[in-house]
Amino acid sequence: MKVAPATVATTSRPDRFEKRQTRWWSSLVWPVAGLALLLLFNLIFTQGFFHVEVREGRLYGVLIDVLNHGSKVMLLALGMALVIATGGVDLSVGAVMAIAGAVAAQLINKAGVPFPAVVAASLAVAIAAGGWNGLLVGGFKVQPIVATLILMVAGRGIAQLITDGQIITFTDARLTYIGNGSLLGLPFPVLLSLAMLALAGVFTRRTAVGLFIESVGDNQTASTYSGVHAGAVKFLVYVFSGLCAGLAGLVAASNIKCADSNHAGLFLELDAILAVVVGGTSLTGGRFYLAGAMVGALFIQTLTTTMYMRNVSADVAPVPKALAILAVCLLQSPLLRAKLAAQFRRRTA
Amino acid sequence: MKLPVSAKYIPLLATALVLLALYTLGCVSFDNFNSLRVLVNLVGDNAFLGVAAIGATFVILSGGIDLSVGSVVAFTSIFIASLVGHGVNPLAAIALALLAGALFGTAMGSLIRAFQLPPFLVTLAGMFLVRGLGFIVHPQSLGITHAFFLQRVTEGWAIPLNERVSVPFTATCYAAFFLVALFVAHYTRFGRFIYALGGDEQSATLMGLPVGPTKILIYTVSGFCSALAGVVYTFYTQSGDPASCVGLELDAIASVVIGGTLLSGGVGFMAGTMMGVLILGLIQTLITFKGDLNTWWTKIVVGMLVLAFILLQNLISALSHRIKTRIPASG
Repeated sequence: MKVAPATVATTSRPDRFEKRQTRWWSSLVWPVAGLALLLLFNLIFTQGFFHVEVREGRLYGVLIDVLNHGSKVMLLALGMALVIATGGVDLSVGAVMAIAGAVAAQLINKAGVPFPAVVAASLAVAIAAGGWNGLLVGGFKVQPIVATLILMVAGRGIAQLITDGQIITFTDARLTYIGNGSLLGLPFPVLLSLAMLALAGVFTRRTAVGLFIESVGDNQTASTYSGVHAGAVKFLVYVFSGLCAGLAGLVAASNIKCADSNHAGLFLELDAILAVVVGGTSLTGGRFYLAGAMVGALFIQTLTTTMYMRNVSADVAPVPKALAILAVCLLQSPLLRAKLAAQFRRRTA
Repeated sequence: MKLPVSAKYIPLLATALVLLALYTLGCVSFDNFNSLRVLVNLVGDNAFLGVAAIGATFVILSGGIDLSVGSVVAFTSIFIASLVGHGVNPLAAIALALLAGALFGTAMGSLIRAFQLPPFLVTLAGMFLVRGLGFIVHPQSLGITHAFFLQRVTEGWAIPLNERVSVPFTATCYAAFFLVALFVAHYTRFGRFIYALGGDEQSATLMGLPVGPTKILIYTVSGFCSALAGVVYTFYTQSGDPASCVGLELDAIASVVIGGTLLSGGVGFMAGTMMGVLILGLIQTLITFKGDLNTWWTKIVVGMLVLAFILLQNLISALSHRIKTRIPASG
């Protein structure tokens, strides 16, 4: 599974800060170009796609919808980007979403549980789930796909156990605000994911943590010899992924005002992985682009919304998605890039 | 310290023990559990999962992964149902479906090989693509009324054991294909290539093994197995449904892991996978016998079993590593 990335940073970095300055936006070129292409298509062919209006102090429109519905995958993609940067993958986020939603719905319906405690409890459970993954991967050195597969399979069972197999509905205004409320004209989930992006960005790029994550993903042996505790770094990223999944689970449950253990977050782990890959982060690890992952999530949501607006049946919708994945894969393939570059050089020579 | 059995057989033994324990648990807890009918149904009901898991075993042994299994099974079932509905000969429809599955696998394998793409992403794309294609073939589930499916397969090809119990054709299919897979995995050159590739791709390349063709062939075999699982599923349900078998690949992967195969590749047995499938089926049967339909326990128990086997594998590899490093020191 472990393949050395094509761009191993063997060169010395005299001025890392300057290098990163050029890197962070140059990495965004491809995902933003893809998104722009999709938006351009809609601008020309889909009527009303860009129509945004203010109603009752909040913005309405398809674009706002894209942001709103995309926020769950945006949240998941943040955690997933860091996990993938360590060379791992977290398949359990969808199931963790279901667990977090189940805990919140059960507690909010119990009399006497204060609202902050409800949120804290469901996030704590999600963090514990992430910690479990982190323990297996970082502590017991279990392969990430297998380690998180356990919770992916068992997690939905646990969520059903919590809700006793029922769909638990709730009407609490504060809990429904998380998924449906708006602040400063924007839907609350969008602001939530932007806040998490800022938090994750500061945490990884203004402290050494980001460098540790990338070094562990790039070459675990080398970073261990340089004194980086690889196990602890991995534990940390899975905990963060769990937290993100917990937040996304709250948003998902709040959106529909109920906890549906069977369907909450189903296959969203795949969307999150896809968003991260579209955002320019390679599955082999060693690099991550948080903003890119967010753009990737928006790309996927725009694709989905475009198909709904163009009356493509929801069942057939996976086909264009599959083609998008293949295109992104091929664009990122170092082999294809090298071949194309050679072709280009021959032409110009 | 010397392990009583060769270390590579320990997970297989553990799987067999779990299977035996679950069966004994069923026999002790429920009066009618210890009957021929339960056993026959166990194999018949899980035959399509078993066939799919055989494909998954080949891929996982080679160090890859195939996420498209469930989609291909669903596609095959609706493809056959739709063709038969349009008056195509059932055998021809089945042959076409198997060919389509194998070709689809070849396409994925070629992409993985030619551009060195991660199998996880390519088969993920395949999963979405084929799921959508199934809905394009026919958007709803479609019953089959052809006599071939209703009479020949269910009655004509069933093997009667006594007056009341007979082995369904799905079980026969699975058993026959399992023997073929056992032979391919352990007694052919292709089988050895798979193990070599999963053990260490670089070494396999340096040894001069045909890594590229083998890789493409592995995904072809996996696509074929998924399509065959789809055929068995069509026999089983006598209908096609493009929305069915969502997440079947996870069950297949879980049974492979419970069967003692390492997900990193190179280590494992076909027989283990069969026992893994039967364990999954037994848990389902136990819950059906209990009658309270708390299906979530299936998921939790399967998750815990996967965990137990992974920790067992870790322990064994740690132990055998210690033994290996001790030998030169003492001698």
